Amino acid sequence: MTSRARKFLKDARRVTADLRHRQIIHAALHNYEAARDRRKAAFADWLTARQAAAATKWEAINYLDENLTAFADKLAARGAKVHWASTDRQARDIILQIIQDKAARCIVKSKAMTAEEIHLNEALERAGLEVVESDLGEFIVQLRREAPYHIVFPSMHLTRGEIKDLFQSKLGSAPSDNPEELTMVARRVLREKFINAEIGITGANFAIAETGMISITENEGNARLTAALPRTLITLLGIEKILPRLEDLALFLPMLATAGAGQPMSGYNTLYGGPRQPDESDGPVEFHVVLLDNQRTRLLADTEQRDALHCIRCGACLNVCPIFRHVGGHTYGTTYSGPIGSVITPSLRGLQDWKHLSSASSLCGACTEACPVKIDLHHHLLHNRRNAIAKRLSYLEQFAYDVFTAIVNHPVLWSLGKKAGRLLQPLHRSIQGGPLDPLRSWTRTRDLPPLAKPSFREWWRKRK
Amino acid sequence: MTHRGAALTMRGNRMTITLFIPCFVDAFYPRAGISMVQILERLGHKIVCPKALVCCGQPAFNSGYWEEARPVALKTLETLRNAEAVVVGSGSCGAMVKKFYPELFSGTRHAELARQVAARTWEFSDFLVNKLGVTDLDARFPAKVTFHDGCHGLRELNLKQPPRALLAEVRDLELIEMGEAETCCGFGGTFAAKFPMISAAMGETKCASALETGAAYLVSNDMSCLMHLQGLLSRQGAKIKILHLAEVLAQQ
Amino acid sequence: MTEREKILGRIREALKVKAPQPLTPDEAAELPQPPAAGARRWLPPVGDQFRDWVELFSRNAADLKAEFHLVSSSDEMREELVRLRDAEGWKRGACHSGLLPDAICPALGMPMFKTDKFYDIHALEGCDVGITECDALIAQTGTVMLTSRSAGGRALSILPPHHVVLARRDQLVPDLPSAFELLKMEYKDNFPSMISFITGPSRTGDIERILVLGAHGPRKLTVLCV
Repeated sequence: MTSRARKFLKDARRVTADLRHRQIIHAALHNYEAARDRRKAAFADWLTARQAAAATKWEAINYLDENLTAFADKLAARGAKVHWASTDRQARDIILQIIQDKAARCIVKSKAMTAEEIHLNEALERAGLEVVESDLGEFIVQLRREAPYHIVFPSMHLTRGEIKDLFQSKLGSAPSDNPEELTMVARRVLREKFINAEIGITGANFAIAETGMISITENEGNARLTAALPRTLITLLGIEKILPRLEDLALFLPMLATAGAGQPMSGYNTLYGGPRQPDESDGPVEFHVVLLDNQRTRLLADTEQRDALHCIRCGACLNVCPIFRHVGGHTYGTTYSGPIGSVITPSLRGLQDWKHLSSASSLCGACTEACPVKIDLHHHLLHNRRNAIAKRLSYLEQFAYDVFTAIVNHPVLWSLGKKAGRLLQPLHRSIQGGPLDPLRSWTRTRDLPPLAKPSFREWWRKRK
Repeated sequence: MTHRGAALTMRGNRMTITLFIPCFVDAFYPRAGISMVQILERLGHKIVCPKALVCCGQPAFNSGYWEEARPVALKTLETLRNAEAVVVGSGSCGAMVKKFYPELFSGTRHAELARQVAARTWEFSDFLVNKLGVTDLDARFPAKVTFHDGCHGLRELNLKQPPRALLAEVRDLELIEMGEAETCCGFGGTFAAKFPMISAAMGETKCASALETGAAYLVSNDMSCLMHLQGLLSRQGAKIKILHLAEVLAQQ
Repeated sequence: MTEREKILGRIREALKVKAPQPLTPDEAAELPQPPAAGARRWLPPVGDQFRDWVELFSRNAADLKAEFHLVSSSDEMREELVRLRDAEGWKRGACHSGLLPDAICPALGMPMFKTDKFYDIHALEGCDVGITECDALIAQTGTVMLTSRSAGGRALSILPPHHVVLARRDQLVPDLPSAFELLKMEYKDNFPSMISFITGPSRTGDIERILVLGAHGPRKLTVLCV
């Protein structure tokens, strides 16, 4: 077992036993499900919309070279500078260079999972720069110096009391634990940053090939401010964010809001197609768009799992995943958690190091059912397992299956096995759940049923 | 009209049904299999249970050991080659044969056989409702029950309605749906052993939802789920009892 | 080779084999080409009369905690704006030049800060209200569609704590697909650098999912439609 897998198990053990955490997350996600179901029902035909979304993303990704080229060229034609980064390090270097060329010190940022992915904030801070997260949830976890808990709801694991204490200790200001008052504290702090920051950094939800625009979805307006006020704007996005046409957004924006948050539309959906134009009075003078590969082309080359690149990062799969609910977002130990994270992380960061994420699933399929673009998520978890074995199997486990095969393929052995089991079971009860028990992984938390006498086959044979 | 003990009115021709009772049902819960036999015989069909039919091969398959799963799956396929109709006593094993055998054998010389056998295979409740067109089994079970949707049956085989259509016809039975009816119970096969803490936590959430309904019985069409939930319930000392769907339908 | 060439090279290599289609042939046959062109059929229904759309926009605005007033004349629009000024206690306002702001804003009787040309952000930050035009009101979702060209730049509709939209009836469109059609018709291929779809005032639920308005953007959104 890798050390990462061991850490995963250790964290999972701790969080699954934390009943307070369980209760908080259950409450949060229960509300989401009710809202999501209402919004889906409001659609005239959610199922066909989902088919169309899947087909559109298929086109976007299977013609990615043409779409990406069109996107980049149109953006550049309107004065944006487009940068291409094969690796996370290249992306960090590009962004750092832009900032250092401006001799800037203060950066305001809106939510970008790709920035988490490349550990951008740490790199900027190491270079002596101040970077402030402006999305309230991200602002909160930044103060706590922890990773976002969920790709859409970064602070869903925290109570108002914890946030109040955090603001008190880090900002010296927390009038009460009232959510509105706490939000106003953050608003006041961020206001000053929006106005004075020299650099704004955003992510993007979509990249429109037809018109050369990025699209940003949010509720707070912090990305709108980040893209309006600072003189230099940098947008970092994965190459897979492409949509072919502008009108595709008429489908994707409401579906993103519905699946991701149970809302009809998010508060602000904004398209940016260039820096401030000659006839415009404000907006960034420079607009840099950084396109990130970082192993996405590896996933692209896997035709079986290429559809994992269709992901619109709505978070629906996280919301319905019973594993996510019980282990929490931090246990995954990587940027992308939940089912989509468990599918793509082995491809993005190494199969053998991260295969345990694909194993930590009961393959229930709730994720696949929830995905608005019909990614075959739970089957890909199975495919990851198969691929990991093909490269490096566990001899012990293989032996176990060979023994199992021998027994079930020889009915006599199966029959003997049951008889032996019935004899041994009373003995087993005395060591059940303890350190000597070979079935401890079951019996530590669960009782074992007694082997039946007669078994079904014995009953059937006697009948004849 | 039917009366106690008599054969139900048979729709269609008498079939020879190959009943696939999964390995763990055979070993731990034979009464589920016995109930299936009783029901299908009452409907006028002939049942065969080939000796060679023990396991569908899912444990190795789900862990990614597809090479090791093939000999078991192949043995099952060969045994079912000439079956007129195959009824599988569990949603997860039914999904294995119906959905995953074609994938497991795709590109091999057994691909066609896998497809054909899959086309003649049904999970038990699916068979009754969608193949035989029967929902009323002249059953009576005066109790409050709640139903757990096993994930494979629910999502791989679309089995939300058939069990409920059958339970709706059981006299004096009251079905109370639990909030987490469709949520995974946490068994997941080898997952239960590899990630026992997650498995148990998921099971606890499920048990709590079932107990909230006040039902006396927790019913499902997947015995592996029930085995896991019963393990937790008995450790908790909870009073709710588990039953396979077939056991309820066999009551008269 | 540039990084761009390397990345595109890897993409082309990977795409030599197409991935399986996500839909069966039957499912694919049901869809128009391009697939999203059928969006109108699948999104929430909107009715086909102007009054349905007014009613729908109004209902959506209420759900979003945005204000919507349909007025029957420019005079009524001025009255509404003055009423708001008094109710909210506005001391300083900002707007851009345009048919409606030029006609309506003078009624406020206070100097209006203009964002038509390069301006000082601190002055805008001192304003209590930002008044803009828009490109469309979308009934289906209660959304205001505006751009950096139609709404006085990027900041006017997001920085002041109250955003007021002055719209015309003919700008009310039934659904999202119509809004995108309108966008293309209006701007052809000379788009403004920012196009925003605003659905309600600024909000967050990041603290225990309690809805709080005015997280960073405007706490209040008022749409006046003549």
